[in-house]
Amino acid sequence: MLSIIRTEGLSKVYGGVEPIHALRPLDITVEPGEFVAIMGASGSGKSTLMNLIGCLDTPTAGSYRLDGAEVGGLTRDQRADLRNSKLGFVFQGFNLLPRTSALDNVLLPLLYDRAGRIPNPEERAVEALKRVGLSHRLDHEPNELSGGQQQRVAIARALINDPALVLADEPTGNLDTRTTMEVMTLFQALNEAGITLLMVTHERDVASYTRRVIELCDGRLVRDEPVRNQRTASADLAARYVEAEVG
Amino acid sequence: MKWNKLFRAAIDSLLKNRMRSVLTMLGVIIGVGAVAILVSLGQSAQAVIEKQITALGSNLIIVTPTKTKSRGFSAGARTANTLTLEDADALVSQGTELSGVSGMVAAGGQVIGGIGNWATKVQGVSPSYLTVRSWELAEGSFFGEREVQGRAEVAVLGKTVADELFPGQSPLGAKIRVRDVPFRVIGVLKGKGSSGIGGNDQDDVVLAPLTTVLDRLAGRSNIGVILASAADATRMDQAEAEVRGIIRAQHHLRSQEADDFQVRNQAEIIEFAGVALGALTALLGAIAGVSLVVGGIGIMNIMLVSVTERTREIGIRLAVGARGSDILAQFLVEAVVLCVIGGLAGTGLAFGVAAIASRATEYTVTVGWDVVLLAVGFSAAIGIFFGFYPARKAARLDPIDALRYE
Repeated sequence: MLSIIRTEGLSKVYGGVEPIHALRPLDITVEPGEFVAIMGASGSGKSTLMNLIGCLDTPTAGSYRLDGAEVGGLTRDQRADLRNSKLGFVFQGFNLLPRTSALDNVLLPLLYDRAGRIPNPEERAVEALKRVGLSHRLDHEPNELSGGQQQRVAIARALINDPALVLADEPTGNLDTRTTMEVMTLFQALNEAGITLLMVTHERDVASYTRRVIELCDGRLVRDEPVRNQRTASADLAARYVEAEVG
Repeated sequence: MKWNKLFRAAIDSLLKNRMRSVLTMLGVIIGVGAVAILVSLGQSAQAVIEKQITALGSNLIIVTPTKTKSRGFSAGARTANTLTLEDADALVSQGTELSGVSGMVAAGGQVIGGIGNWATKVQGVSPSYLTVRSWELAEGSFFGEREVQGRAEVAVLGKTVADELFPGQSPLGAKIRVRDVPFRVIGVLKGKGSSGIGGNDQDDVVLAPLTTVLDRLAGRSNIGVILASAADATRMDQAEAEVRGIIRAQHHLRSQEADDFQVRNQAEIIEFAGVALGALTALLGAIAGVSLVVGGIGIMNIMLVSVTERTREIGIRLAVGARGSDILAQFLVEAVVLCVIGGLAGTGLAFGVAAIASRATEYTVTVGWDVVLLAVGFSAAIGIFFGFYPARKAARLDPIDALRYE
């Protein structure tokens, strides 16, 4: 089976006279069905890695294969097509289109599905919103939804194109603890269903819901290990309710 | 992205910013409206004038004196009065292609008679003037060769003059005076309406024998214009050539000498008026076009603001797989939709103004479909031209920067 992500000597250098090594040559592999957290302080290179993996940026050197397809050397348009067919994005700031219904927001990626890879977009969008528990909010616009609901719309949008990999960039950064647990519950459920997830976070608590943690520091890989005591978000959420009831 | 989706997305986006869309459109509405109205006014004026010139008689040949040369010094047109009664007589006696010939000389004056007085012009003409002008009498009779020979003091009134001086009664047999010269009214003309630039009232005239007007009112012997009508409207060229030959012989011009008169026909005058008015219309259109360009710049302005404001949206679209060309097309279509809707509204405005103008004035102003097509096509072109720069700016945004934009 093909690895979802396979990088060899992937690096990124900015600037000319005094070059900044945002990412030193890096080799990582992510297999289908994994749930990986990328951690690190700001300036550690995790955003750079995320942009490279997300095909938003081009590496200075090295090779990167996404679901078997070499990304290095692709044109802007080819990378756009690759993002459209293989990736789903979830952002910290939700990044939904304002004054646009949840349904239309979820449909957005399929607007650019040139090959017509996904049939029946509308049905699929409704299905995706059902999957994130928002089937009763199809016509609501972002400003009529809570932060947690907005993020779930964004997750539905990330799922609609049947991606090989879902990339989440600090998905819980703008959410309170309870909503964070709700979103992590959803991510764990999706991962159980076989979806490969890669999440950038700087919170150890949040990372402990994943299966594997990669840590960067100054553009170098400093840790890559499985999570030993993986927590279950749904259980933590239930425990919180019990706590609240008992007082 | 498919075109129908693009248009839907563009209209959605414009509806989401209704106020801004309308304000942006306003520039195009006014621009297109101004172009359509001014061009239509020009065209309508052209049509009116052509119609009135045609009403003069389609087989009319007009002979006017041109420049005079003395010692190689060339004065301007109509500075000389080289046409004489003899020229007119020669055309009558020698012309074979002509159905009528009339000299004409005009004198202004206050006409006194009937219930008061009236400022009008007195035209001295020949007996065949009515034939030449295809005009008819309402009552009475016209003067003949005998009256012209005898310098008779008789007059035929135009309808306007008759109505002003003799309201509700027949002026036949009445006495009128023009600058102390008494005339006896022997006939009244049928109404012919207005003509020419400025809408001269053709009925505001008094006709009298050519000789009488020359001697008693104009005080000169040369005549201003000779009018002739071709017997056959299809043989205008032959008739014109004949007129030219006869007058050249009258003036004893040698073959190398240029004409000291000009022969024109109705078609040429219409053509000339058409060229002049066409140029005027084009000028008006060009001035109005400036406002359309200003409207286009307004579109560009707003689209640039819109691109900046929607940087994040562009980032999201790029992230989920939009190509640069998709973003370009989206913003371009928005600009074009804005312009075309503005163009249609502007055309509506033009139709409205034309309807009001037609009601308020005696002219019929119509907005032609060619003007509508031109205006809407032009506004679409404006949309593409002024929408391109902002759209390209949007398309070239880097998705990472755009997503991070606050």
